[in-house]
Amino acid sequence: MANRIPRVAVREQDPQVRAKNFEEVCYGYNREEAMLEASRCLHCKNPRCVGSCPVNIQIPEFIAKVAEGDIKGAAAIIAEDSSLPAVCGRVCPQETQCEGSCVLGVKGEPVAIGKLERFVADETIGQASATCAPANGIKVAVVGSGPAGLACASDLAKWGYDVTIFEALHKAGGVLEYGIPEFRLPKDKVLKHEIEEVRRLGVKIETDVIIGKTVTIDSLMDEEGFKAVFVGSGAGLPKFMGIPGENLCGVFSANEFLTRNNLMKAWREDYLTPIHAGKKVCVVGGGNVAMDAARTALRLGAEVHIVYRRTEAELPARKEEVHHAAEEGIIFDMLTNPVEVLGDEKGWVRALRCIKMELGEPDESGRRSPVAIPGSEFEIETETVIMALGTSPNPLISSTTKGLEITRRGCLVADENGATTRPGVFAGGDAVTGAATVILAMGAGRTAAKAIDEYLKK
Amino acid sequence: MFEILTKEMLTPIICRMKVSAPRLAAAAQPGEFLIVRADEKGERIPLTISDFNREEGTVTIVTQRIGASTTDIIAYEAGESFADVVGPLGQPSEFIKMAPEELAKQRYILIAGGLGTAPVYPQAKWLKEHGVPVDVIIGAKTKDLLIYVDEMKEVCDNLFVCTDDGSYGFKGMGTNMLEHVVSEGHSYTQAVIIGPMIMMKFTTLTCKKLGIPAIVSLNTLMVDGTGMCGACRVSVGGKTRFACVEGPEFDGYEVDFDEAMRRQGQYKAEEAQTNEKHVCKIGRGQ
Repeated sequence: MANRIPRVAVREQDPQVRAKNFEEVCYGYNREEAMLEASRCLHCKNPRCVGSCPVNIQIPEFIAKVAEGDIKGAAAIIAEDSSLPAVCGRVCPQETQCEGSCVLGVKGEPVAIGKLERFVADETIGQASATCAPANGIKVAVVGSGPAGLACASDLAKWGYDVTIFEALHKAGGVLEYGIPEFRLPKDKVLKHEIEEVRRLGVKIETDVIIGKTVTIDSLMDEEGFKAVFVGSGAGLPKFMGIPGENLCGVFSANEFLTRNNLMKAWREDYLTPIHAGKKVCVVGGGNVAMDAARTALRLGAEVHIVYRRTEAELPARKEEVHHAAEEGIIFDMLTNPVEVLGDEKGWVRALRCIKMELGEPDESGRRSPVAIPGSEFEIETETVIMALGTSPNPLISSTTKGLEITRRGCLVADENGATTRPGVFAGGDAVTGAATVILAMGAGRTAAKAIDEYLKK
Repeated sequence: MFEILTKEMLTPIICRMKVSAPRLAAAAQPGEFLIVRADEKGERIPLTISDFNREEGTVTIVTQRIGASTTDIIAYEAGESFADVVGPLGQPSEFIKMAPEELAKQRYILIAGGLGTAPVYPQAKWLKEHGVPVDVIIGAKTKDLLIYVDEMKEVCDNLFVCTDDGSYGFKGMGTNMLEHVVSEGHSYTQAVIIGPMIMMKFTTLTCKKLGIPAIVSLNTLMVDGTGMCGACRVSVGGKTRFACVEGPEFDGYEVDFDEAMRRQGQYKAEEAQTNEKHVCKIGRGQ
């Protein structure tokens, strides 16, 4: 029967080869592979996968179309709920969402929903199927062109709103552009098309506009006629550890390292922006951003260590990313916590002074908290240190907008529909939750779009 | 795209351009800066706003040829356009937010070094327009590198010009000029120093000696300019601050200039490589 077919393995670039280039790691399914994998879906009466998807894509329905070989039909079903399927098929943590709740996963391997979504999106790229309601002439501003903003803008445009996205950087995409590297999410081949698709719906994207500096939300609403605003400005501020030596030359935030590499294309010889990896790099942190920074440094020619204070089991990064990183030759220094960055006489990093950790009692989150082992300090010699400790929301908007409350952690206060403390201003994504995932941001963008529609119809 | 309306070479290596950027011009304040990216492959280069005109929707930038990116910027001609001009960035000068009665007590000395003369100009202009006594010192290595001498005369009470080699005005550095001016009986409540990092370091020391509070404007490395990358971190009073969003102006007495200078040169090796390979393609036909 269908579920006796093993999960179809996906073809990937050889680890030794890809460790030296920025080409995409995963090749994705071809048509035969996709149809075979699609045939494994049991089409459960109560599909748990749909409920576990933050944007509730009709997963069994699109998979049925793939199994029939009707890829365009599958794309149309996905497009009802997602404006970025080629992106999500690549970067979503499917193992904890749709695939994590797949019934087949109880005894065997779940359906490769992510890889199927990616296949459908790649096959139909540039052949958009979503349509828009007649224009209603009501202006809505969206702050930020990351996943939350793009999802919110797409829905509103489909319903006939006149939507303008304001982007602070010179390129649209937010973290998809500056944060996620080319080898996980190709920019020209994939991202560009998905953003084009949002533009095709009639959404205008104005780059080089920093809300809070170039214009304020107040002026957008009072002077430029925007009736509602969605803030999806993300969590862009890097965190540092606050240990001695962090301002030495050769210590970078993962944000800086990745922005130079991805947005500014420093890895390409024909682009002018410089980047520094050197011979040996220590990346501090264990999330997806840490993996991205580590694998980028590796591709720039460095020996790379991930320094993390818990064990491999607690790494917050996706399993697939950790697995790929290890395959490529990243060295994992677990139960290790930096206490100081040591410099040479010229003010450059010489070594990272660390202390050994052990796991203690579980904390409120249920994770066993790491405890330092007294007297176990040691040095890791290194040329570069990259801090990948998470990010927090940028205060540029909250500090320049009247009546917009924030939490103690600097996140915008918003209710479950995305309504902030200021009427007409909605928010979602990392700006509200703190750093999370692309798909959660998209989900929040869609929820807020609904709330904006209701607010404007009142 | 952001069109260049006028271009003039102030010296063989310093260029002034008026660029159309209506949204930016409408919001700009003295003390703030902007970022230019000349073309698709260019760097994001932070530059000070040396003037703005809200009615025309223009900003004026002054660029000195230093490396590959500034060479590319200078190669643009009037009528051509930059891919990106974004801002204003950073915090406006402190005096913008000062209460009128507070402002009335001030006597400013603005000390400019080389290219730093350009961002001093809008500050002097603002103070003059608001009736605040303001003197300006412009210092440069030699006469050919002096900029804004005539323009500055119009917007300050006393202008003092010095060159290291004595080819124009007082012979000596800005620090010597300042000591000289003070010894002649001028007194100030506040100095603002803008120029190369090393010049700001030593001028701050002179101010300290003379008991004049000193504000400096730090031209650190930056990528996004909005607080995202942290390339611009500086130690001020022992605390790490981001020059792009919390600065660029800080209390000079508190800035760790030695660290700031080291950090400024972080990509020197990579840039030297780029400069060797880089062939400027602009202005040589497509």
